[in-house]
Amino acid sequence: MSIKSEKGEVLLDIKGLEVEGFSDEKWHDIVKGVDVTLRRGEIMGLIGESGAGKSTLGLAAMGYTQPGCRIKVGEVNFDGVNLVKLSDAKMRSYWGNRMTYVAQSAAASFNPAHRLIAQTTAATLRSGNFSKEEAYGDARELYEALNLPNPHNIGERYPHQVSGGQLQRVMTAMAISPRPDLIVFDEPTTALDVTTQVEVLSAMRRIVENFNTAAIYITHDLAVVAQMADFIKVLRYGKEVEEAPTRQMLSDPKEAYTKSLWSVRSLKKKEHQGGDSILSLNGINASYGKAKVLYNVNIEVAKGTTVAVVGESGSGKSTAARVITGLLPQTAGTVEFDGKALPKELCDRSKEEKRRIQMIYQMADTAMNPRQTVSEIIGRPLEFYLGMRGSKKTARTIELLEMIELDEEFMQRLPSELSGGQKQRICIARALAAEPDFIICDEVTSALDQIVQEGILKLLMRLQKELGLTYLFITHDISTVKAISDQVVVMNKGEVVEQGQKTDVFKPPHPEYTELLLSSVPEMDPDWLTNLNVGRSSG
Amino acid sequence: MTQGSDTYSATGEVGSVREKRTFWTRLKIDLKKSPWTARIGMLIIFFYAFVALFAPLIAPYGQAEVFPTPYAPWSSEFIFGTDQIGRDTFSRMIYGARNTVGIAVATTLLAFLIGGALGLAAAIDRSYFDQALSRMVDVLMAIPSLIFALVLLSIFGSTILNLIIIIAVLDSTRVFRLTRAVAINVVVMDYVEAARLRGEGLGWIMRKEILPNIMPPLIAEFGLRFCFVFLSIAALSFLGVGIQPPSADWGSMVRENAKMMIYAQFDPNVVLRPLLPATAIALLTVAVNFVVDWFLHKTSGLRDEH
Repeated sequence: MSIKSEKGEVLLDIKGLEVEGFSDEKWHDIVKGVDVTLRRGEIMGLIGESGAGKSTLGLAAMGYTQPGCRIKVGEVNFDGVNLVKLSDAKMRSYWGNRMTYVAQSAAASFNPAHRLIAQTTAATLRSGNFSKEEAYGDARELYEALNLPNPHNIGERYPHQVSGGQLQRVMTAMAISPRPDLIVFDEPTTALDVTTQVEVLSAMRRIVENFNTAAIYITHDLAVVAQMADFIKVLRYGKEVEEAPTRQMLSDPKEAYTKSLWSVRSLKKKEHQGGDSILSLNGINASYGKAKVLYNVNIEVAKGTTVAVVGESGSGKSTAARVITGLLPQTAGTVEFDGKALPKELCDRSKEEKRRIQMIYQMADTAMNPRQTVSEIIGRPLEFYLGMRGSKKTARTIELLEMIELDEEFMQRLPSELSGGQKQRICIARALAAEPDFIICDEVTSALDQIVQEGILKLLMRLQKELGLTYLFITHDISTVKAISDQVVVMNKGEVVEQGQKTDVFKPPHPEYTELLLSSVPEMDPDWLTNLNVGRSSG
Repeated sequence: MTQGSDTYSATGEVGSVREKRTFWTRLKIDLKKSPWTARIGMLIIFFYAFVALFAPLIAPYGQAEVFPTPYAPWSSEFIFGTDQIGRDTFSRMIYGARNTVGIAVATTLLAFLIGGALGLAAAIDRSYFDQALSRMVDVLMAIPSLIFALVLLSIFGSTILNLIIIIAVLDSTRVFRLTRAVAINVVVMDYVEAARLRGEGLGWIMRKEILPNIMPPLIAEFGLRFCFVFLSIAALSFLGVGIQPPSADWGSMVRENAKMMIYAQFDPNVVLRPLLPATAIALLTVAVNFVVDWFLHKTSGLRDEH
């Protein structure tokens, strides 16, 4: 298989593209007149908050629209052919052959009934240019190039037999396999842990460079786009805000909106020592059935502070939260709250004990009953714990809504009528309604855009100051930890690796695992990934 | 979508914010979009409900009133003639709507009450309680329900109450399985966990957290189950253990008039006599299914292609 033609030639030229979608009985504009020029061998970063039309534009670049959407006007010129004018049958000769797509959730995008290698090469074989042996051999080479373990046999496995990060790399191999001219990456690393993300990012960048492929990289993570893209386009409300080469964009953004995106990462909190201990986990062991998850976990939380629990998925940080709430009774050790040991089982705890510990979930979508209105969601704890009814309840609900920077107008809305950030705010209000002392925040910002994240984090900090709350903040995002925590607990494989004041934990020397975790967090410096890879391979 | 300013505010945040609508405006939009089949279905159902409710006012004669001429032909006095002992067929059709449909509705409601409540409880409490109930349901379902109902009705006697309870219990097994299956998907959601953490009781979690979210499949099933109950009552009446004379019901009317079909060579009109109540049954079943189909399509989340 040969490498495609030279760099510099314009591959994709989108002119005045408008895409509209059908909802609520009307056609709404999603993309409102965007131009894109992409040359061979270039990577364009596409950033913006959700609803900005990033994914719709990414798909439209392939001449595709999701069901319920259509291209209104504009041209999508791919290698000199206007894709908008082509029939579906003609389009199919482009899709999966000359242009490919890497979706956000690899786990949801693979067919569980077929082996990985068969799926990797399916599009390649359909084009008819390669024999099965050639395609399979090439796929194995790609697996090797993408640093997949055991590259010669991994293709024989089924999707559920490999990890999420590996699956994402197999998907990249699938996208590269037909040697396309254009690859669209739609948030390919959002669902991954930082340590896995680094590997996937380096692999993708190497592959794109080697094969001189043009790519569109869609993400809301600025640090990631800084590593990947040659130039960045910022979208908002379906329109282009600005476009510039990566370095220029990072050092000198022109528009106010872009500057506000950049400023998110500057959020910092002054560190508190904290007073008496409000919660302590003493020698906790826990297990799901026979599988042990927590080994002798000791965590101390001081009143009025924020303790961040950091770790990858599977490190046991959410399990620790389940032990505290009583959903998963521990097999050994005690949970002490405000000087008294809490009963293991949820049903043995008093209403008062339940009221004082509240929880906010990662996915606000599933944490609220879709059939209840905002006033019912917030009103229930008021009624249940505090016995409020009628006008008193309504007044308090409005007060809580104002506390989370929303207003009375939201009372009768259903969760589906709220944006992601508003949903999370309602969940915060529900927790506050119980007038708790201690709130467990389980990855509360990880499903949100950066600009919305900042708003939520600021809100949580303000509430802490006003109401004297204590937070246990579970996260895998180090920049969030830096922003809001007082103390940090690093967990790995069910054990506490390190814990202490934030400045102490982030100050070297680190235990080996903390070092790996910290160094994997992408930085805004466009050379960060290159330097890291040089450093790691030499060390 | 409105254009926001450059400074961030929570209320101005865009996303899937949609127009706010009350229940009634939503209903109006849905009705306006409904296909013609569903409209016809609803019309027929309303007509049946009207007839069943006001039967004594509409019917020219009583359901057990006997006139001297059996097998009277169709005339202005007896619109559909009289039956083998001289009762007015038209009046019996109208009362039949009340008896047959009324009992079917009561039976289906009872079946959903039993099956739904137990199904929800089993979905929440997945321990031995679920196992015990599920295996019991398996046993009940292993026996063909019409034969089982026949046996039970012969043992306990064919009163209307027995009829309702026996068919409801047998049908609740299907409702149990459906409710349990759909509720299990909802029980694992975070908001149910949040309610548990809050300390809510089983009743609240069942009624407020889970039930509203599994309503669409249950309502669709209600329509289908209603048809099956309706048909089993008609079948049981046809076999003679259902609704007992002199109460009019469509199933037994088919049976009584069926014998006359052998005289069709002398009077083609007699063929219509058993067909009248049979058509009434068929029409309602089709109408209910039209509405259910529309409802299923609407809630399955399938988007219309544009």
